[in-house]
Amino acid sequence: MRKFFLAAILTFFSLPALAAGGGDVVLKHKDWSFNGIFGTFDKASMQRGFQAYREVCAGCHSLNYIAFRNLADLGYNEAEIKAIAAEYEVMDGPNDEGEMFMRAAIPADYFPAPYPNENAARAGNNGAYPPDLSLITKARAHGPDYLYSLLTSYKDAPAGKDVPDGMYYNAAYSGNMIAMPQPLYGDDVEYADGAETSVSAVSADIVNFLMWTAEPSLESRKRIGVATLFFLIVFTGLSYGAMRFIWADVKKKAA
Amino acid sequence: MSATKFSNPVVSWIDHRLPIFSAAEHFASDYPTPKNLNYFWNFGSLAGFTLVVMIVTGITLAMSYTPHVDYAFGSVERIMRDVNHGWLIRYIHMNGASFFFIVVYIHMLRGLYYGSYKAPRELLWIIGVTIFLLMMATAFMGYVLPWGQMSFWGATVITNLFSALPYVGDAITTLLWGGFAVDNPTLNRFFALHYLMPFVIVGVVMLHIVALHRFGSNNPLGIDARGPQDTIPFHPYYTIKDLFGLSVFLCIFAAAVFFFPNFMGHPDNYIPANPLQTPAHIVPEWYFLPFYAILRAVPDKLGGVIAMFGAIAVLFVLPWLDRSPVRSAKFRPIFKIFFWVFVADCLLLGYLGAKPAEGIWVTLSRVGSIWYFAHFLIILPLLSVIETPRPLPQSLSQSVLGGSGAMAGAAAAPKEKA
Ligand code: HEC
Ligand code: HEM
Repeated sequence: MRKFFLAAILTFFSLPALAAGGGDVVLKHKDWSFNGIFGTFDKASMQRGFQAYREVCAGCHSLNYIAFRNLADLGYNEAEIKAIAAEYEVMDGPNDEGEMFMRAAIPADYFPAPYPNENAARAGNNGAYPPDLSLITKARAHGPDYLYSLLTSYKDAPAGKDVPDGMYYNAAYSGNMIAMPQPLYGDDVEYADGAETSVSAVSADIVNFLMWTAEPSLESRKRIGVATLFFLIVFTGLSYGAMRFIWADVKKKAA
Repeated sequence: MSATKFSNPVVSWIDHRLPIFSAAEHFASDYPTPKNLNYFWNFGSLAGFTLVVMIVTGITLAMSYTPHVDYAFGSVERIMRDVNHGWLIRYIHMNGASFFFIVVYIHMLRGLYYGSYKAPRELLWIIGVTIFLLMMATAFMGYVLPWGQMSFWGATVITNLFSALPYVGDAITTLLWGGFAVDNPTLNRFFALHYLMPFVIVGVVMLHIVALHRFGSNNPLGIDARGPQDTIPFHPYYTIKDLFGLSVFLCIFAAAVFFFPNFMGHPDNYIPANPLQTPAHIVPEWYFLPFYAILRAVPDKLGGVIAMFGAIAVLFVLPWLDRSPVRSAKFRPIFKIFFWVFVADCLLLGYLGAKPAEGIWVTLSRVGSIWYFAHFLIILPLLSVIETPRPLPQSLSQSVLGGSGAMAGAAAAPKEKA
């Protein structure tokens, strides 16, 4: 019967991995600070990633599920958040005259999208749709590694491979032809903390930022998880002791 | 059953008029249980626990969930981000569904191995298979609710299957959809049904327990308890053992919820549903994969649907396919081998269900599906006739708790019914 149990455990661990489906591309694996059961976010890197998102990606990609108030998680204080929000304009209304109007954003507002709708986004990108990035690291298999690889794998197409107009060769993208032009070339941003601005460094910052946008509760989840598991393991030990104690007379009679 | 059974006068007064305390005592306390149950008998109570967890987290989710195609995905993200500990509730519910199936699959395999479906427990088994069917329907509809890409396309593929049925097919799909495609009315009715079905399951679980208590639990030896020397009261012996099992289960469950919450899910379900864009591979949740493989193994759509439902239907008639009077695989050397081959076959089918339906995978799915049915329809009936079971022990107490030397009456006929 032990085999039985092993088999059950094996199914449990192998099937979902299979269901997730393999890709035809090789990913670059990185040791992210948020990996592992004690993983935490790297706040400095997330702030840099946020800056890179704003200055590079936000022209095409929305961030629909993030409000300015959420930026507190990155370590910004209230005044800083207000100042960041005020740099954006959002539509509000209708006012007393029944008109919609633009006003400066406040912390409760969500990040405005670069395009009013999908059709406008496609019209601005050769018919391709730049997806919302809020959940992107959870919406792809091995999301963080995938995103990092995608941003760092623009290359010249191998000889003999035709790259159609408006398409770009990317070794990490399934099929290798992506409609997104290479967004990072190195030194695309200037960091206030003087951190490195190579393509790979900025890409890693963006991954740290976008992992947070996808899973803002990650840190508290792992923290509560460690405490819960500690409690449960102690409880398991206690209930095992209690069971042995209660069963002692039955076992004695049987022996 | 006199009212004086309880020393507390209030309890005694109530119990005389409404015997709920007697019933509770009968069901959970002095219910005599075989001494020799192993840990595989923990999974029934675990399934019950998981059902309660699903209902509690489900109702909590429903308080913040919006069943509308334009808002469903966003409302689940609100739960994840803005509802206090909403991420925890949602991850428990999401992983709870997978663990529910893990627990129930082990519970069912336990029944297959120890012959728990045999007389006099046929109805108990049939009620169990009914619960399994209801669970599948519930989980399928629940998976549609977050309205991600896999929600939408899974719903489209599965509801489309019904259109293969002759005469009534189109009417059924239209009814399921509430229109002519998976759309807002579909989401609304699936939410209503997803809310309802777990309570139907609770009702059927009660029947399951009533049927169980009629003859009591089977046990690893598969022979009947013959008297008080073979049994112990459920409380405290099995309550504490169930509690220990529960705490082990919770450790594993918590590890999944807190550290790998999306491991058993599909990344595509974090992409909002898009009826204009079909995902590269549409795969159902892992617990449906073996049945999905059987569905796709048949080249004809109607045939595939019949095979898929047939795979569950054979479970209903299993008590009449396996006629061997010996229950436990412990005493059935050939059955035991075929049991493990069957388990391997189910794992293989699960593996194949996640593969694209082409080339070698289809061939293997066909072999696996044929074996699945052959196991029930040919092998089991045949074994009932040709297999010579090993001699059964005389009683539970003689070979209780792992003592294997107590095979009294070695030459006795395998018929053990009192
Ligand atoms: C000029 C507009 C533009 C900019 C700037 C841009 N993207 Fe994109 N992005 C696109 C388009 C268009 C697509 C869709 C590609 C396709 O469908 O082939 C896309 C797709 C993506 C995808 C999805 C790939 C997949 O697996 O489907 C990711 C992730 C992504 N971009 C990340 C980024 C990041 C991070 C940045 C900033 C560093 C960025 N993009 C900057 C236009 C842009
Ligand atoms: C038999 C027990 C149940 C099972 C097997 C089950 C299964 C599921 C599954 C698989 C999902 C999709 C999870 C995801 O990917 O997000 C889901 C979602 C949901 N379920 Fe249940 N469920 C059960 C009971 C309930 C109950 C009693 C309710 C009460 C209303 C409920 C309410 C919901 C809601 C609102 C959602 C959508 C939110 C979400 O997707 O997280 N469920 N269910």
